[in-house]
Amino acid sequence: MSGAVASGLAPSRTVLSNGLVVLAKQATITPAVTINLAVRAGSVGDPDGVPGTAYFLSRVIDRGTAGRSADEIADALDRRGISLAIHVTRHLLTMACTCLAEDFEAVLALVGEMVMAPAFPAREVDTRRGEIVTAIRQDEDNPAVVAMEGLMGLLYPDGHPYGRPGKGTLDAVARIGPAELAAFHRAWFAPGRTSLAVVGDVAPARAAEVAARVFADWRGEARADVPLVSPAPAATRRRVVVPMMNKAQADIAYGYTTIARTDPAYDAYWVMNNVLGQYALGGRLGESIREKQGMAYYVFSAFDPNAVAGPLVIRAGVNPANVERAVASIDREVEAMAAAGATPKEVADSTRFLIGSLPRTLETAGGIATFLQMAEYFGLGLDYDVRLPDRLRAVTVEQVHEAARRSLGADRATVVIAGPYQDPLSEPRA
Amino acid sequence: MSVEVPQFPGFRMTTLGNGLKVIVREVHTAPLASVWCWYKVGSKDERPGLTGVSHWVEHMNFRGTTNIPRDQVKGIIEQFGGSWNGYTWIDQTTYLETATRDALDRMLFIEAERMGSCLYDPGDCEAERTIIISELQGGENDPDQLLDQEVTATAFKAHPYRHPTIGWLTDLQSMSRDDLYGYYRRYYVPNNATLVIVGDVDAGEAVRRADQAFGAIPPGDLPARPRLVEPEQLGERRVTIRKEGTTAYFKAAFHAPAVTDADFFPMLVLDAVLSGAKGMNIWSSFRTPPPQRSARLYRALVERGLASAVNAALLPTEHPFLYVVSATVNEGASLDAVEAATLAELDAVRARGIDADELAKAKSQLRARLVFENDSVTNIAHQIGYFETIAGVDLYHELPARVAAVTADEVADVAARYLQPSTRTLGWFEPLAGGGDAR
Repeated sequence: MSGAVASGLAPSRTVLSNGLVVLAKQATITPAVTINLAVRAGSVGDPDGVPGTAYFLSRVIDRGTAGRSADEIADALDRRGISLAIHVTRHLLTMACTCLAEDFEAVLALVGEMVMAPAFPAREVDTRRGEIVTAIRQDEDNPAVVAMEGLMGLLYPDGHPYGRPGKGTLDAVARIGPAELAAFHRAWFAPGRTSLAVVGDVAPARAAEVAARVFADWRGEARADVPLVSPAPAATRRRVVVPMMNKAQADIAYGYTTIARTDPAYDAYWVMNNVLGQYALGGRLGESIREKQGMAYYVFSAFDPNAVAGPLVIRAGVNPANVERAVASIDREVEAMAAAGATPKEVADSTRFLIGSLPRTLETAGGIATFLQMAEYFGLGLDYDVRLPDRLRAVTVEQVHEAARRSLGADRATVVIAGPYQDPLSEPRA
Repeated sequence: MSVEVPQFPGFRMTTLGNGLKVIVREVHTAPLASVWCWYKVGSKDERPGLTGVSHWVEHMNFRGTTNIPRDQVKGIIEQFGGSWNGYTWIDQTTYLETATRDALDRMLFIEAERMGSCLYDPGDCEAERTIIISELQGGENDPDQLLDQEVTATAFKAHPYRHPTIGWLTDLQSMSRDDLYGYYRRYYVPNNATLVIVGDVDAGEAVRRADQAFGAIPPGDLPARPRLVEPEQLGERRVTIRKEGTTAYFKAAFHAPAVTDADFFPMLVLDAVLSGAKGMNIWSSFRTPPPQRSARLYRALVERGLASAVNAALLPTEHPFLYVVSATVNEGASLDAVEAATLAELDAVRARGIDADELAKAKSQLRARLVFENDSVTNIAHQIGYFETIAGVDLYHELPARVAAVTADEVADVAARYLQPSTRTLGWFEPLAGGGDAR
């Protein structure tokens, strides 16, 4: 089965007989090809009580297969100048790399082998465990990570998969071994849960043909996703301070739960977030906290599309003497946005920016591959890049205000501050 | 005079009447254009007491001009869906916009304003003072960055590469608006700058538009740049930071050749053998980890469970800078063991060089990285401007050939000369209990 659209990016989409989706787009700025393979095997699939399983698997899936040792894989990649990036989000495990066009077939075959038949050798698992333990310890000493993980735990409480630390905990990581990794692989890796994007100096028909050959023998039942619910939005303000007195600067993470990516109001939220904390170096927040008050090198808001209600998070790094002033300024900006929304000019500026950004987003092979995988995961269609400008142009000032009214408000904010700062009035950390 | 390069159709280099060098390269794969304006000024041009002034000036140059009010500077290109940015480093300061090709005049207007007409409002200078101090303190939250700063300051005792680009805190607290504005006026003249335009443009037309935008800005007296040579290091130096934290970090720094030195490319190959090839684009290449699983230091440190990460950096610079190996010590491993394993690998390559297979692998990695790092108009424009500013754009065009010409004997030779124990500076970050205890 194969499909294509006539204008815009016009990628080809082929579904192999085992259910694996191949997205392909030819691009010739360099004689190179980007391979981006995504499996719906993200951290939401971590077994109860063992957070970090998906992350652990991502560190070891490329360290030996049924047919090749870790050393052989390392040599095959290094010899071609390839670094394979393996990344886990809440919903996807992505393996991505760029290779010279002449190496495309060999590299796709290697990536396919890792996805279909990883061996999880005990020695490799032990070595990678040591690295993960060190990474978790580094995170414990990083105020930005401490603030962000604290916030996510509060926004997504009671064991919600979005609230768990992606790398896991020291205790959980100690309990993950080859058997647990193999079980996770069996549970979540299947052709029907996998999409492959091939973008670069290779014809789409050849990309699909090579993929069909590489994945021909892969079988496996595509089980249903983990059932998820959206958490109840916070009804009251919560605030936690995590003192880290060895640090020079405090990090603030301030946020809300919002809506799912598939919600019809998504585009209005996207524009609202751009006005609040993105446009022209941090939007309204940047103008107030950075430009006018000079309080922070960085301040922005991020709106994160997800399968269920994702977070909208405001982040800032400030001198400890300015923590209260910065939080008060954030409160003022979210209150103003909730009360009066954005101006017609702000909505027009942000909309023009988001539409005009598209050619830059889609300039590189890596950018196109990421865009195609996002559209595939959320079911946005092969012509999403063509429809996107009209969708954004249709967003009204009233819809942006409604998005702000629904999601923002100082009295409903969850605030976590980590750094050289102590607050005796803070409630104990959850 | 206009220069064209036959192997790059659509490449043109010309100098305007006021001394501004303009380089255009046509790339017609997307309807985009990238404009970069480069200045020959960086932190090595700063005198004691004014460290950080180049970077602060860069911040001020986003704060409003005669014809662009402060609150419109940052949005002026975003209305076209464009991106903008800038950076300051040891040899250079640069500003960029990338947007659809129909915004070319707008991008040139912004850069011309930035060169000739920035305001330096006293209130804005004060706001930037605290923003930059916040940037510095954010960096100090990272023990690895803190150690890097101390190792660099220890490795150089005379050359101004020794101080961090962001500056020392005491200088940032005391510098005045007049210091900033005087520095801006001295260095931001057309005959000290290179304008680079890459994208879906006609080269001749782009030069004409650049002349329209910049032609009326008068040239200035060219500032003298430092010619100081770091005295030879005669013995090993060490620096140890003991501070609350959770994780130990190790660094070994060696004096490295400048990019124009014949030793640079053999060192680049040596680095690929030791830690994997990074490429030559400091704007984009270092965002993608190097292919290093089979590299010597990775095998000696990470595969043996001593470190969770190892990396090394040889950066193209105008004067001799540093080759720095960095490792994150694994929980439960010791700084002693990581140092011993690192130095053993460096001693081995110093004594015996590399073999033919390693040479071939390193070259093929570098060949691929040189392709990957030129994948957008923004990245191509960066590379052209970067090399023109520190060495001349010809070197950018020669990169693949220079890598291909390196021999194993040359690599052995640079390893023997540059990795000597007496010229190294070793850095330790030793964590004291107390970091991360909040959890």
